[in-house]
Amino acid sequence: MSQELQLDELYRDLILDHYKNPRHREKVGAPDVTAEGFNPVCGDEIEMELNFDGERLAAIGVRGRGCSISQASASMMSDLVEGKTVSEIRVLTDEFQHMMKEPDAPAPAALGDLEALQGVAKFAVRVKCATLAWHTLNEGIDQHERGDGSVRIEEL
Amino acid sequence: MSYNVDEIRKDFPILERRIRGKQLVYLDNAATTQKPRQVINALVHYYEHYNANIHRGLHTLAEEATAAYEASRVKAGEFVNAAYPEQEIVFTRNTTESINLVANAWGRKFLQPGDEIVFSAMEHHSNLVPWQLIALATGAKLRFIEIDDTGHLIWDDVVAKIGERTKVVAITQMSNVLGTINPVKEIAALAHKFGAIVVVDGAQSVPHMPVDVRDLDCDFLAYSSHKMLGPTGVGVLYGKRDLLHAMDPFLGGGEMIKRVTYEASTYADLPHKYEAGTPNIADVIAFGSAIDFLEGLGMDAVREHEIAITQYAIDRLSQTDGVVVYGPKDAVEKGGAVTFNYRDLHPHDLSQVLDQEAIAIRAGHHCAQPLMRRLDTVATARASFYLYNRNDEVDALIDGIKASDRIFGDVARVAAR
Repeated sequence: MSQELQLDELYRDLILDHYKNPRHREKVGAPDVTAEGFNPVCGDEIEMELNFDGERLAAIGVRGRGCSISQASASMMSDLVEGKTVSEIRVLTDEFQHMMKEPDAPAPAALGDLEALQGVAKFAVRVKCATLAWHTLNEGIDQHERGDGSVRIEEL
Repeated sequence: MSYNVDEIRKDFPILERRIRGKQLVYLDNAATTQKPRQVINALVHYYEHYNANIHRGLHTLAEEATAAYEASRVKAGEFVNAAYPEQEIVFTRNTTESINLVANAWGRKFLQPGDEIVFSAMEHHSNLVPWQLIALATGAKLRFIEIDDTGHLIWDDVVAKIGERTKVVAITQMSNVLGTINPVKEIAALAHKFGAIVVVDGAQSVPHMPVDVRDLDCDFLAYSSHKMLGPTGVGVLYGKRDLLHAMDPFLGGGEMIKRVTYEASTYADLPHKYEAGTPNIADVIAFGSAIDFLEGLGMDAVREHEIAITQYAIDRLSQTDGVVVYGPKDAVEKGGAVTFNYRDLHPHDLSQVLDQEAIAIRAGHHCAQPLMRRLDTVATARASFYLYNRNDEVDALIDGIKASDRIFGDVARVAAR
């Protein structure tokens, strides 16, 4: 019975809602950076378009296909980071990564709804699904800071 | 003795395992099979009674270990009807290493710029990447044979791709994704007209059906112990004696030499020329017990059992609303791997739900990314059967698939692209 609960802990309603109705799917007009994330082991794919206004991530568009965790994580992340500064996003990224390593620690308040993904940390093989969007976003930001236009990463 | 699955299962301790209170349903046999107690006991017996290095020692343990190791070689050769089992069987680590051995030892010596290596669109990465590497090193070109929408090779394309320039045809006898059994004998006959060698990936076929290298007339056949009840860490390479003589060694070191000076060496006789260093003695010996187990059942009986359960699985999956089955639908044309998807559910999510029911399947690209693209998907779920699986395990799979509805309900996703 407890294991049954565990699966529900992974597939929380909020995650399934983002999976079925992903946010920020719209294309960003004339993006400053495009970033692609690909996990060849799972076949998860995420494409991101980013527009910056100085230090601030002004707009993010996310599309992709893959498992519920990878796509829901991308959707929830895009809700959270749009409008935030690059340094704020770096902090959130660290907090998210930390949450993926510590399933039993209290989830950082700044992550808001993304707390729903904390259960993923108990399923070691799924952690990469949840972090793919974050890695892709950070690569995109790095790329922007270097002045390049597009980047593609593969997670193994 | 008639084929009795319930009796056979008694030899596999792991099949008794319960996970979170539920009986294990192991349907990931194309990845690796479970091991009968006879194989496990052979390992223990070796380590407890005659563990020694082979071929060099002059004491009792070394002689016993050498005899047992060489006996496994003969069994591995006779299992596929090799003409000279003592010389034509090389032990490696796995199928992948066997294919790399051929690609390097044969390819580096005999491939020229402009020569062509032909393989199929359904090859496992292990029968693809080694050839890509050797093509880069030698200037040879790669060509691949297309498949149709039912998962069969297109024969017209076989004929179109194999020709005067072809030097190697690398082909799987049984697809690890679609299960398709390819007409290797006909392909070999065609390739030989042009003087090409034929390298067969038997990782999926040898464990599941009678395979006869002389009937196929293939030049090389690679297969793995762990996919046929044996331990991991043992691969087999069958090669025709003349070809093994003609090639240079793949790896150098101890065991594979006759005479060594600081400047040069002469090589050991077949097959030791290709077995540098101390081999995986214990696992090779236990692999012999796996072959004994299979011979005891008879490969015709194993194949017959698998056709029956595979057809049952294809039929039940096809009748399940929302399931798409890839590859041939007639079990006589294929092995015991059934690849499918359920609604828009990603196979990893499906596999996660099934794991809660103690059902083990594989989800992903199955080391066949080009084939996934051909099927227009990124990943699939795969259930694969072996000699100990029963129809009630297929029923459990179907129930498990339907159970995913409880969590995912009407997965009506926004089309990604």
